[in-house]
Amino acid sequence: MKLSKRNFLGLTLATALTALPLIALADGWQPKRPIDFTIMAGAGGGADQIARFVQSVVDANDMTNRPLVPTNRGGGSGAEALLHLKDARDPDHTIMVTLNSFYTTPIRQEALNVNIESFTPLTMMGVDPFVLWVHKNSGITTFEQYVEKVKSMNGEYVMGGTGAGQEDSIVIAYMSGAYGLDIKYIPYDGGGAVAKDLAGQQIMATVNNPAEAKGFYEAGEFVPLLAFSDERMGAYPNVPTMKEKGHDFSYYNQRAIVGAPGMSDQAAAYYRDIFGKVYEGDEWQGYLKSESLSPLPMDEATTRKYWATQVENHRQLLSEIEN
Amino acid sequence: MRKGEISLVGVLALFSIYLMWKSAELPIGYIRGQGPGGGFWPFWLSLGMLLSCVIIAWNWSRDKSPASASDEPLMDAFGWRTVMLVGGGVVGFVALIPFVSMYGAVCLFMLYYVRFLGRHSWPLTLGLALMLPFALFFFFEGAMQISMPQGLPFTQPFFDLMYDIIY
Amino acid sequence: MEVFSFLADGIFLALQPVNLALILIGVTVGLFIGAMPGLGSVNGVAILLPITFLVPPASAIIFLAAIYYGAMYGGAISSVTLGIPGASTAVATTFDGRPLALQGRASLALVTAALASFVGGTVATVFFTLFAPLLASVALNFGPPEIFALMLLAFATFVGLGGDDIPKTIFSICFGLVLATVGFDTISGAPRLVLFDIQGFVRGIGFIVLAIGVYGIGEMLWTLEQTRGEITTTNPKMTAKGLASDAKEAVQRGWKGTWIGSILGFFVGVLPAAGATPGSLMSYGVAKIISKTPHEYGNGSPDGVAAPEAANNSASTGAMLPMLTLGIPGSPTTAILLGGMVIWGLTPGPRLFLDESEFVWGLIGSFYVSNVAAVLINLAFIPLFVWMLRMPFTILAPLIVVLSIIGGFAASRSMHDLWMIVIFGLGAFFLRKFDYPLAPAVLAIVLGPIAEPTLRQSLLLSSGDPSIFFTRPIAGPITVIAIILILLPALKLLRRNGRVS
Repeated sequence: MKLSKRNFLGLTLATALTALPLIALADGWQPKRPIDFTIMAGAGGGADQIARFVQSVVDANDMTNRPLVPTNRGGGSGAEALLHLKDARDPDHTIMVTLNSFYTTPIRQEALNVNIESFTPLTMMGVDPFVLWVHKNSGITTFEQYVEKVKSMNGEYVMGGTGAGQEDSIVIAYMSGAYGLDIKYIPYDGGGAVAKDLAGQQIMATVNNPAEAKGFYEAGEFVPLLAFSDERMGAYPNVPTMKEKGHDFSYYNQRAIVGAPGMSDQAAAYYRDIFGKVYEGDEWQGYLKSESLSPLPMDEATTRKYWATQVENHRQLLSEIEN
Repeated sequence: MRKGEISLVGVLALFSIYLMWKSAELPIGYIRGQGPGGGFWPFWLSLGMLLSCVIIAWNWSRDKSPASASDEPLMDAFGWRTVMLVGGGVVGFVALIPFVSMYGAVCLFMLYYVRFLGRHSWPLTLGLALMLPFALFFFFEGAMQISMPQGLPFTQPFFDLMYDIIY
Repeated sequence: MEVFSFLADGIFLALQPVNLALILIGVTVGLFIGAMPGLGSVNGVAILLPITFLVPPASAIIFLAAIYYGAMYGGAISSVTLGIPGASTAVATTFDGRPLALQGRASLALVTAALASFVGGTVATVFFTLFAPLLASVALNFGPPEIFALMLLAFATFVGLGGDDIPKTIFSICFGLVLATVGFDTISGAPRLVLFDIQGFVRGIGFIVLAIGVYGIGEMLWTLEQTRGEITTTNPKMTAKGLASDAKEAVQRGWKGTWIGSILGFFVGVLPAAGATPGSLMSYGVAKIISKTPHEYGNGSPDGVAAPEAANNSASTGAMLPMLTLGIPGSPTTAILLGGMVIWGLTPGPRLFLDESEFVWGLIGSFYVSNVAAVLINLAFIPLFVWMLRMPFTILAPLIVVLSIIGGFAASRSMHDLWMIVIFGLGAFFLRKFDYPLAPAVLAIVLGPIAEPTLRQSLLLSSGDPSIFFTRPIAGPITVIAIILILLPALKLLRRNGRVS
């Protein structure tokens, strides 16, 4: 079909352009300087894509009177970004797109002295589930076969991921614990490299966000075995979840926008308004669908509670890995 | 030159030892079944640096390198003055950035260099020192959307005014 | 053949007025962004990404690809005129481009760079057109052991790059490799070598910081001190006749480097983990090894300008291949292009060539057109860049400092890195006074971050058994060649020493 999503996207954007002339609030707080839009990861990953998508929507619809300036600060597994926000000179103009290293990095690197609960919640754009993938040439089609295969290889089964303490390693560690699997885990420096080495069969399986494996899945190269979401995913209705297998475990990568600690209430309200509009817009809703993200809208108070529980959960998951 | 060579080797050797000590925070050995640990690569390469320093020092003692065989001073008075004035200017430039903002520092550095080191006329100096920051502002903040460091609060009104102009 | 009809359609699409206009604008914008030290194609592409919402995806990617191309041409400009590499891909261009400029032959260097870039880009596009799917599967066969072997080969080609003082060269290589490990250890996920516990080091020491320090600040101090502030050679004004004679000389003296760079650069660029920077550095090294007059390298050899420039353009075309066929970016710029494709609603990956053939062939067609546009626009601007060099050094020098600092900040966005630039700059000046070669350190900081993780990933794969580098069908031969190349100079040296005693 030639009349694809992208035409649709272009169309909605074009209408949005004419329908939304400067929707920024006429009263109240307005940014005075370019807005520092820090990305907690390097160029090319999921967080980066989302940041640039959001920026493009804001820019194309003229939603802010000062530009969002996306800057990748992925160094030290996000430590660089966290420090940048913590020490922001101008908290009203400093915001960040996060992933789960938002929780894990401060726990793993106590020397940073970052308390994420002091950050300002803005908007939760969605959460990104994880899926277990194998290459089609492995012949494995179900999770049970996978477990059997891993056990039969006695610790020689090779999986790749983005590194110890990263999201996928947490999932793999849980799975290994629950099924008594002995997996050889190879860390890479990005989800793209992991997907490539699964495609080239340098590694045997990965746990990855659907967005990163989608191209290979559509080409029939990758086979999804298990989803780590709460319910079955719309794009993969035949893939069972970990919960169905009797383990109460789900894990998502959060795609949220947060503000620097000490941001004024007016500024926070302004950003919530802008990103709330982006969230509700057709472009973002289309993106959620095509990239298999789950919506998880929440207000400020719920977000703060959510953060507290996430920090607790991660502290526990990480301490299990270390042992 | 001769004294300089051995002092530099000494400093570099000390730095190598520091790097070795610092890399030893992570495992530097070969972990069975896993390959080298996190400190392996930097530790042994720092050792390589240290060994190179030892050989350089040994060559020095035998007057093998051109520098160790030379009795000339490292630099004459002119050389030192140039390096101090220009190098010092660069240090001053970077040190000023947090106070007077990137653009302010560019302006002051151009004033210093073009007028006091270059001995160009005042009109040319002022022209360059004032035009360059503006040109850079339009290029970086306007076209490239890269925010440069801003200075102490007193520089804020300038920035706000400029942002009003470009956006 | 089917390919040619697709290609003809693609070129036709790229030549449509809107797309042609976008190509011309994109190339020009890219040229200037690339010429700015610290800024590269990644900045240009990132800034203009939102604008591409306003045109259809095929035009959007053509526009972005044109910027990417233009920036690759532009990188050489600051390498030659200011001696600061405009982007990491243009480091090797400074090795010979800068000496040529100091000899008053800046125009020759710039013309050589432009022509070599053109040949590199075009050769790569032809490979791309003919063998894209095949090469994608080759790229997939490169796992960590193969990439490590390739890095070893890259080092081997550079053994000859250092000065005559071998311990100092080894020091420089080790120093660069150690600096590259500062920051964060991907394999264990732990912070590493956070020097003096300054948190700024958590992010590591970027290549661009070292390069701007060494080549921007360090080189400028060196020039000032050596020439006593009086640069005697001037670059003559450019004329059309001068341009023609430079072009002729560039072809005569740079063709060898151009071919080596075009071919080698493309194959290294296709591998997602490697990219254009190792490609251009390796091409420089290989061109020097093969050359009959290796002593000219580093003193202003047109081959030495042509090889890395042909390679970086060729490699950046090559880097598009894994992006389009596998959905895997080979460089930060292609990563952003990839993000753009997702935003436009395309799914990069194995099916893209089949599902969106109009898009893909439009893009390939635009490579041909962009290359022609880029070389013509670049040649047209060369007189302007040469004119800049005619400024008195007392004005050029502070400009170099300002561009180094502000460009360094633009690249890293951190004050910490600016101080590192200053420290590296002053340090480089003194190291150079005592004949420490610095190019090996710069090379090492580029290759180290690729070499170390792949070494450790490979050993994890093999449970710590190093024979993995010799037993795999692709890694094995590369490793063996690399080791021979590394040992060769050592053997020669031993023989020479033996004869002396």
